[in-house]
Amino acid sequence: MESLIWTENVTKIYNPRKPDEIRALEDASLNIERGEVVVLKGPSGSGKTTLLSLIGCMGRPTSGRIVVDGKDVAKLPERFLTLIRRRTFGFIFQQFNLIRNVSVLENVLLPLYPVEISFADMRGRGEKILEDLGISDKMQMKVNKLSGGEQQRVAIARALINGPEIIIADEPTAHLDRKLSTDLLRILEDLNITGKTIVIATHDPFVYDHPFIKRIVEMRDGRIQDIKLT
Amino acid sequence: MRHLKILEYALSSLLRRKYRNISLIAVYALTIGILASVLFLTYSLKLEATRILIDAPDIIIQRLSAGRHDLIPSEYAGTIRDIPGVGSAEPRYWGYYYDSLSHSNYTLIGIDTNLPGLSLLEGRMPSDAGECAIGAGVGQARIVGPGDTLTLLNSRDTGVEFHITGTFRSESNILTNDLVVMTKKDLLHFFDLPADRSTDIAVTVHNPDEIATIAGKIKKAYPDTRPITKSEIIRTYDAVFNWRSGMMLTVFSSALIAFCILAWDKATGISAEEKHEIGILKAIGWDTADILELKFWEGIVISLTSFLLGLLAAFIHVFFLNATILSPVIKGWSVLFPSFRLTPYIDIYQIFVLAFLTIIPYVASTIIPSWKTAITDPENVMRS
Repeated sequence: MESLIWTENVTKIYNPRKPDEIRALEDASLNIERGEVVVLKGPSGSGKTTLLSLIGCMGRPTSGRIVVDGKDVAKLPERFLTLIRRRTFGFIFQQFNLIRNVSVLENVLLPLYPVEISFADMRGRGEKILEDLGISDKMQMKVNKLSGGEQQRVAIARALINGPEIIIADEPTAHLDRKLSTDLLRILEDLNITGKTIVIATHDPFVYDHPFIKRIVEMRDGRIQDIKLT
Repeated sequence: MRHLKILEYALSSLLRRKYRNISLIAVYALTIGILASVLFLTYSLKLEATRILIDAPDIIIQRLSAGRHDLIPSEYAGTIRDIPGVGSAEPRYWGYYYDSLSHSNYTLIGIDTNLPGLSLLEGRMPSDAGECAIGAGVGQARIVGPGDTLTLLNSRDTGVEFHITGTFRSESNILTNDLVVMTKKDLLHFFDLPADRSTDIAVTVHNPDEIATIAGKIKKAYPDTRPITKSEIIRTYDAVFNWRSGMMLTVFSSALIAFCILAWDKATGISAEEKHEIGILKAIGWDTADILELKFWEGIVISLTSFLLGLLAAFIHVFFLNATILSPVIKGWSVLFPSFRLTPYIDIYQIFVLAFLTIIPYVASTIIPSWKTAITDPENVMRS
């Protein structure tokens, strides 16, 4: 398969050369192929969220290279990183990160506001995705009135609205019960079947033991310890 | 299309925090309203005063007796008329009258001919003894009009009845509002004035450049007089109203300071919730420029709404409610006049200055802290 994400000796140091310096990631080298499902597994503080955010172009490494879809993103100016985030990635956050007191539909459409697309097209796309995820009947409700599982679906709908190639999910089951976690994994599996590449950071065995996970990257103390095929 | 969508999101974002924004708009509009009221009122009064002075004589000659304004011999007018360059010199007969019934000051004028700048709204000018024409303010204060009788107490404390023949119309309401015009003979009798004396003498000069010279010649001819030129009166009006509006602005500076603190508070930081929202928007693909545009629209909507509401409130306060709050200070002694409605005059330049000094700092104070947040990496949102 073709390589989609490639990192080489990526190191991330927060507050370098200061008393509160944190070496969050050290010499992380990883290759993720197109259409793959990869789990970054490890305890809190192992560096999985840092690696996930660097892969997702949300931050820059202190050193090392990160190549996404053939582009070296480590040194790209911010506006190019924004374009890559907008076009290539869909993010599912641990805390959902939805905008409170805003309707479900508006939350889902948020990534499309700065894009040159008409209101009607934007709305059409949002309604279709919400329908696919089975929450179209809630589209006018404020997100803070929804259950955790429903909020997670809204977050997934928002991640998919731009038609991204890569889905980044950080501890997606952290606030879900077993049934909702099963539903979420089923959705992610369906997305993988349609060709999406999925990278998940988790320490939940229910996720990394799931049959559709292809590869597990074990992390500890900011370093990649092991990479296992399942 | 993109800009419209960001504007729509900005409006939705403002509605989400409606209580906070409504209170912000209220404080902001109040500040603008106070400032604009002072500016509107001062400018209108100055313009009213200037309009009055268009028809005013070039020089007014008063007589001083022990430094006090005294009646002037009418014969002075003949000598003044003979000074080269003088167009006319006419004695004027007038005096203030305090009406204890309406607690107002009226200006009583005795005439032989029509006064310049005055025209009647209704009826005719007084021509016979016992007749008068009145300003709208006097009519309102005494609830009288043409055909009615106006009773005033003369210098012997005796009631004198005047038949009202007409009411005045003038472009400048302030000019005619408190007038009671009667024949010269009636006025002299009413105030018990000597027949050879007048209140002052109005002088017109052919060449405006010679006004000061002619005033000097009059002073030389009659050392007991005080010639007051039109430019001196204009300067006095300007100084008085500028001083009063300056005093008002000083008094209301506490409101300004409160507003500045509010703006500074916004400029030096944004709430954790707003920071988090900016982080989410950045993470899902909003550019720094998109976020700045969002904050720009939010700032513009709040400040422009407040500015327009403040202007509207000031306009209503000054021109429809007679500047109830400010008039005792700005108008000063003239509050004893019968109430009059100011003609709305607005100086566009002042409006632009006010807009520049309020809208731009507010929008800047909205954008700058958001910019500081928006240029940081969005990865923080992953950890929140």
